[in-house]
Formats: sequence, C-alpha cells, structure tokens
Amino acid sequence: MELSLHTNLPSSAYVEDNLVSSPHKVTAQGVDVYYGDKQALKNINLDVPSNMVTALIGPSGCGKSTFLRCLNRMNDVVDGCRITGQIKLDGEDIYARGVDVVHLRARVGMVFQKPNPFPKSIYDNVAYGPRIHGLADSRAELDDIVLTSLEKAGLIAEVRDRLEAPGTGLSGGQQQRLCIARAIAVEPEVILMDEPCSALDPIATAKIEELIDELKQNYTIIMVTHSMQQAARVSQKTAFFHLGELVEQGDTSDIFTNPSDERTQAYVTGRIG
Amino acid sequence: MEHDHIVSSFDEDLGRLDAIIAQMGGLAERQLSNAVDALCRGDVDLAQRVIDDDQKIDALEEEIDNYTIRVLALRQPVADDLRAVVVALKMAANLERIGDYAKNVAKRTLTLSAMDPVGNATSSIQRMAHQVQAMIKNVLDAYATHDIAKADDVRLRDEEVDLMHTSLFRELLTYMLEDPRNITACTHLLFVAKNVERIGDHVTSIAENVHFLVSGERLTDERPKNDRSSETVIVEN
Amino acid sequence: MTDRAKNAERIKAGLARRYRAEKRFRLYGILAITAAVTFLLVMLTAIVIRGGGAFQQTHAALEITFDQQHIADNDWQGMVKASLRRAFPDVRARQDKRSLYGLMSNGAGFDLQNMVQDDPSLVGQTRTIWLPTSDDVDMLMKGVIDRSPPEGDRRITDKELTWIDQWIAAGTIAKQFNTRFFTSGDSREPELAGILSALMGSILSLSVCFALSFPLGVMTAVYLEEFAPKNKWTDLIEVNINNLAAVPSIVFGLLGLAVFLNIFMLPRSAPLVGGMVLALMTLPTIIIASRAALRAVPPSIREAAYGMGASTVQTVLHHVLPLAMPGMLTGTIIGMAQALGESAPLLMIGMVAFIVDIPAGFTDPATALPVQIFLWADSPERAFSERTAAAIIVLLGVLISMNLLAVILRKKFERRW
Repeated sequence: MELSLHTNLPSSAYVEDNLVSSPHKVTAQGVDVYYGDKQALKNINLDVPSNMVTALIGPSGCGKSTFLRCLNRMNDVVDGCRITGQIKLDGEDIYARGVDVVHLRARVGMVFQKPNPFPKSIYDNVAYGPRIHGLADSRAELDDIVLTSLEKAGLIAEVRDRLEAPGTGLSGGQQQRLCIARAIAVEPEVILMDEPCSALDPIATAKIEELIDELKQNYTIIMVTHSMQQAARVSQKTAFFHLGELVEQGDTSDIFTNPSDERTQAYVTGRIG
Repeated sequence: MEHDHIVSSFDEDLGRLDAIIAQMGGLAERQLSNAVDALCRGDVDLAQRVIDDDQKIDALEEEIDNYTIRVLALRQPVADDLRAVVVALKMAANLERIGDYAKNVAKRTLTLSAMDPVGNATSSIQRMAHQVQAMIKNVLDAYATHDIAKADDVRLRDEEVDLMHTSLFRELLTYMLEDPRNITACTHLLFVAKNVERIGDHVTSIAENVHFLVSGERLTDERPKNDRSSETVIVEN
Repeated sequence: MTDRAKNAERIKAGLARRYRAEKRFRLYGILAITAAVTFLLVMLTAIVIRGGGAFQQTHAALEITFDQQHIADNDWQGMVKASLRRAFPDVRARQDKRSLYGLMSNGAGFDLQNMVQDDPSLVGQTRTIWLPTSDDVDMLMKGVIDRSPPEGDRRITDKELTWIDQWIAAGTIAKQFNTRFFTSGDSREPELAGILSALMGSILSLSVCFALSFPLGVMTAVYLEEFAPKNKWTDLIEVNINNLAAVPSIVFGLLGLAVFLNIFMLPRSAPLVGGMVLALMTLPTIIIASRAALRAVPPSIREAAYGMGASTVQTVLHHVLPLAMPGMLTGTIIGMAQALGESAPLLMIGMVAFIVDIPAGFTDPATALPVQIFLWADSPERAFSERTAAAIIVLLGVLISMNLLAVILRKKFERRW
C-alpha cells in the first residue's frame, strides 16, 4: 500500500461529536424523589442534550433507575412515590398540572432491562403503539410503520418472513431489538433505556450498541447502565450518581480519562462499589 | 487493515490512529530526505524549512498521545486491538525522535554551509541516509499491511547502516588527521552521521514493534549490531 | 488440615442417620398416599357395585293386542293385564290375578300409550313388546332379592316365582339397558324413575349461576386488582370476600329464601332462584381465583404497556385480562363444579319437590342432581337405593368432566404463553 503524504486529516484534535452546541432536550432542576419517608434522590440537576447518548452510571441503589423512570412518569404507578422539583422536556415541565401522561409516554419511549415483548405476534408487538395512538389510517400505512421500525432496529432481515410468529419465540437479543422497534414505532423524541443489555450475551450487546450509535442521529437517548465500560463505549455524555446525589456530569471522554470529582474517579477505577 | 467490529465506530477510531501514524511517518521520511539533501547541496533555505516543519511532527505526536489514551479509556481494547494501540503510542515516540534527529541534521547543515566541503564525506552520508530512508519507507509499509516478513527484513538491514557508520567514522577521522583545519567541519559531520545512525536504530525499534503487533510475541534474539565506531582507533604512525 | 479432616469425619458419621431419616420420610409419604388412594378406591368401588345395576332394567316380552275397546276406555294398563291373562290362562283366583298383574310395572301402560300416539297404525294389531317389569321382579332378576328364605320373609311369593321362572325358561324376560333412567323424570315407581329432570334442573341452575357469577366476579376482581386505590376500605372488602368464601352454603340458601322468594316474590323451586343462590355462593371463589390470576401476570407486561403510552383501561383489556383469562376460567369451572354438588342452599329455596316433568324454562319447578340423590336415598324401595348410587355415579361423571375441561383449558392456554 502506497503511503500517502497527503492524507486529508486536520492536524488538531479528532472530530468529536458536537458537544458544545446542542440544545438541551431534557433538563432536571432541583429534583427530589421520596419513597414514603425515605429520600431516594437529592437535588438532581441534569442537562441532557439532543441527539446524543447520555449515560447514567453509579453503584447499585444509587437512584439512577429511579431518576430514569421519573422522566416518563413511570413512577406515577408506584405507591408512595413523591417527586418535587422540575423536569422539563423541551422547556415544559412534565409534572405540571394538566400534562397528559399518555401523550408524554408517546414522546418519551422506554426500553426495559429484561426484554418484555407482548405475547402477541411480532407484527402486533410493533403495531401496538401506532394502533392505540391512532398513527395509521390504513392497514398499508400500519404495515409501512411496522416495517420501517423493524428496519431501524436492525431486525428486519431476521424476521421479515415470519412477522406472524410470536414475539416471545425470538432469542434474547432479538427480543430486545423488538422492544426497541416497538418503542420507536411511535416516533418518540426521547428513548429511555434501563440497562438494556444486562440480560444479553456479548455479541447481542455489541449489536445493540451499534444500533444505539445509529439511533442517536434521530433520537435523544438516555441510558442507565451498571457497566461503566458500556457507558464509555456508547455515550457522549455521562452522569455519575452516588447515594442519591448527582456527583458529576460531563463529556464521557473527560469522565473516563480525567474526572473532576474524587468520588467519580474512585468509582470508575473500581475503588468503591 | 481489516477491522470488522460489530460496533463500527470502534473501527473508525482505530482507522484514525492508523491514518495519523501514516501521516507522521510520511512526514518523518520527508524530513530526513530534505535534511540530507540540504546538507549535500548546502541549501540553507531547505534546511530552515526542515527545522520549522519539525513542530508538525511534535504536534502529531501529542495528538497520538491524547488519542490513544482516549481509545484505551473508552473502548477497552483487548488482544490485537490493544497491541495496535500500544504499538501506535510507541511508534509515535520513535517517529518523533526521528524527526528530532532530522532537525538536528538540518541545524548542523546551517553551520556547515558556511564552511568548505570536506572530501567525499557528504556523499557517504547521503548513501547512508538513502539506506535509512528506504528502511523507513519499508517499515511504514510493513506497519500498514501487517507484513511481518518485511518488518523482520528491515530490522536486519540496520546492520548495513551500522557498517556504513563505522566506515564513515574512520573516513572522517582520516580527514581530520590529514588536515587539522577540517576538524570543525568533520566534528559536525560526525554528529550528523551519528544522528542518521540513530535514526536507523529507531527504525529498527519500530520494526520490532510491528513484529510484536502482528505476532504478539517479542523478538528475543539479539539483532546483529555491527557498529564498531565505539571501538575505532586510528593510530597515527 | 486437621480441622478439615475432622469436619469430613463428622459429616460422614452423620450421613447414615440422615439417609435413614429421609427413607422414613419417604415411607410416610407413600403410606399416606396409599391410604388416601385406598379409601378413594373403596368408595368408588362400593358406589359402582351398588349403582351399576341401575343402568340395566328388567323387561318382559308380552304379546299385546292394541284393541279398540281398551283404547277407547283409555285403559292402557288393561291391555297389559289382558296380555298377562292370555299368557297365564290358569290363573283364576282374584288374589292370584292381582299378584300376576303386579309382576309388570304400572307404567307399562304409558309406554303403550306413547307407542300408539307415535304410530297410530298400531291400532288393532298384535305385537310382542318388551315392557318394564315391577321393581321387585327387577330386584329378583338382579339377585338383590334372595330366593332362599321362606315365603313369609320374602317379597316375591312362590307363585310369582313360578311365573317368573316360566318366563326365564321361555327367554321372554331379560335385562336391557335402562334408557328410561336418562330420559324420564322422577317417579314413585322406582322402575320408572329417571334423573333427567334433576339433570336439566342442575344444568339450568348452573347456567344461571355462570351467567351471573362469571361476569360479576371477573369485573370485580379486575376493579379491585387494577383500579381500586389501596386504602383501608379496599382491605376491608378483601377480608370480607375471603370470609364469604368460607361461609357455609346453607346460609346463602337462607338469604335466597328471605330475599329472592319472600321479598322479590320469585317462583319457588325455579332454576332461576337456584342459580342466583348458587351464584352468590360461587362469587367469592371466582373473585379470589381471578385476583390470583391477575396477580400472576408479570409486572413487566404492565410496565411495557404503560411505557408505550397505554392508559390503564387499555393495559388491562389488551394485555392483562387475556393473560389472566386461563386462570380465571379454571377458577370459574372449579367454582361451577362445587356449585353442582351443593344441595343445602337449594333445599332452602324449595328445590326439594318431587318433580316429574322435565323443566324446560328457568321458571319451571325443578330439582337438582344432589337434591335428587338426597330424596332417593330416603326411599325404602331396594330399587331406589340402586338408583341413588347410579345418580351419584352420574354426578361424579359430570364433576370429573368439568374438572377435566378445566385442566385441558389451562394446558391449552398456558402453552401459548
């Protein structure tokens, strides 16, 4: 191979994703969460930029999943859960009076830790969201939405000829991609992922990480993960939670090469649990 | 190089590393060539350009440093990916030293341009430099194509460079004994020769790294060293 | 190292004792199961032996002349008597004749009447017809009545025995499959008694019970489990429902008597009322089983549905209810099977009457299978004790098929999930 002396690379830093200029899609201001009398989250202030992957890391029980579930008001169904402070989606508080939770959850989708497809066919799984929200006027439109979502989730090649097969008959990784397809079928703006790969083997995990890389171009993704390595690989922004507090948030490469807070450094190097 | 990671951005990161190394290598090769040309022709402007361009190589070395740290932190490479990143880091250091030696040659060229040429010294140096240049080119090729045979071959060719350096040493000593007015020029030329020989050693180091990159094993046998300049004594009779 | 060796020794020493204890425990288990199975087999065998005979009925072949005179007088039994006189011409004395006539069932005449109604061309013809004998003759043929004791201690006189033996010799008396048992209602005469009226009454009552209790029970369970807020009121309701499941069924009968019959003035003895009382009784069972089925639906499905933006109603109707339905159906069928076997509440609302006609509608007077068994068990005739056991067999058969249906349904739906 002939070495070229004319490689067109900027001699200064690598082209990083636009970390500075993105507007913030979701912001949390002064958020406290209580389960009964016990305070699970204290004074969380977090900014999530659009079209990027933001990872929430921290040891078990630090409140990151609780925080994630506040973002689409899934904590509403938990008894005794009380939330104070503001969480804004595109500048509007989602906990304000009169906010339609059903509509919110169509804008903010969720993928869970253990893949949970409905016990219906693959087609019906993906079509469920569009059906209940009335997004398709005809069967042809619905078909289109289903096929597009499956394609975006990277599943279409494997299931194209068996759309009527039950969703629960797929492998773990395929089921999780089905759940992702189901979530994006309603064209949300934000996708919340709660440890999406923790129940999957490494190859399936890698496929989903690649999928997340592609999805971030069109969606804002907020991901809780207990694998720091995954957070390092996948995200552009990272927030570190510890004992219910948000200790540090910033660019992923900074958090993993030179974090500002000692606690963050202790956690990512494996010195505290 | 073939990378087919499932996560394609990992491929992009490693590819970027390759590209910067390639750029740095090409730059280093050109610096050496220009420096020796300047010496042989007494071209002061060219020598000055070489001195100025050295900062480009330094900047690339800094970029590789930062980039490899980032890749190690964010991608947690293992096996051949890990070797690729570590080798890139080491090669950057080697290439940066090569650039520095080339700059030193250029600096001495500026000094020597004011003096009379000494015998055939510069053409001997030029021959040695061409050999080293070829080695640089081959080793960068070997790195790009993961050609372990080529890398091993480059490593062995350093012996010729060493031999040339030894004979050049003798030659310069002879000039100095002939006419004491040559001593200043020859001393500078001695340093120039040493710089070129050191460049050869660094290229060898790069070749050993490439061997490690491809096979995962270190070369244990001593490579043949024939630099006898440290033992050279000319007795005046 | 010695610690470890000591531990190993200790473990080894205790092993024999532990294995012996395990063997003992297994033995106890096997003994328990064997005892239970033995009791069950003994009970079933006793019932089958006692009741098996009821599925056969003794009939005698008589030559019947469908003469106009008897038909005009509507004296169908007379035709039978005439035939008997012709068969045994030397029977003269009045007592003897009466005892001869007593060999055949009183219902034989009704059979002839039905035959002529179905086929009027029979008038004026003479045919050999198999007609049911009296219950004593039936019992004799089945060996229940013993020939050996002297005449005074026997129900069948010697003369009757001679006539019967003549028939046996001529081959004109035989046991045939007792279709009448399944096609006719209750009767004073055991040979004419059937369970159809009781069976229909049970079926009608159960239908009413299902129609009332299933929707109510399912909707209550869905509301309590999915929609109701968790406060002390709902806790109170839950405790009360659990208690109701343990209330003796006769209390529901009293409730039915007081409210449905006395206040609402609904007809006594009707399957409608019986069904309503049974529904009250089964409702707690269905509610408890349905709530358990709803709780068994994994929360991940609910979370997935909520996460998609489904409202609570959509989540429950589209996802939770279909998944819980097999469990609910199983609970319902088991509840129905229990209701089928209940007699105490039905007694209270009057379904204890003597019902001959087959009930056709929900307000016709009816009785139920367990009540019928209870009534027949009271009667002195030997043939009724046979029929009681046979009715028990039928009841058990229906219960077993209902439980089998529950098992099949559960297996079929569980496979999909």
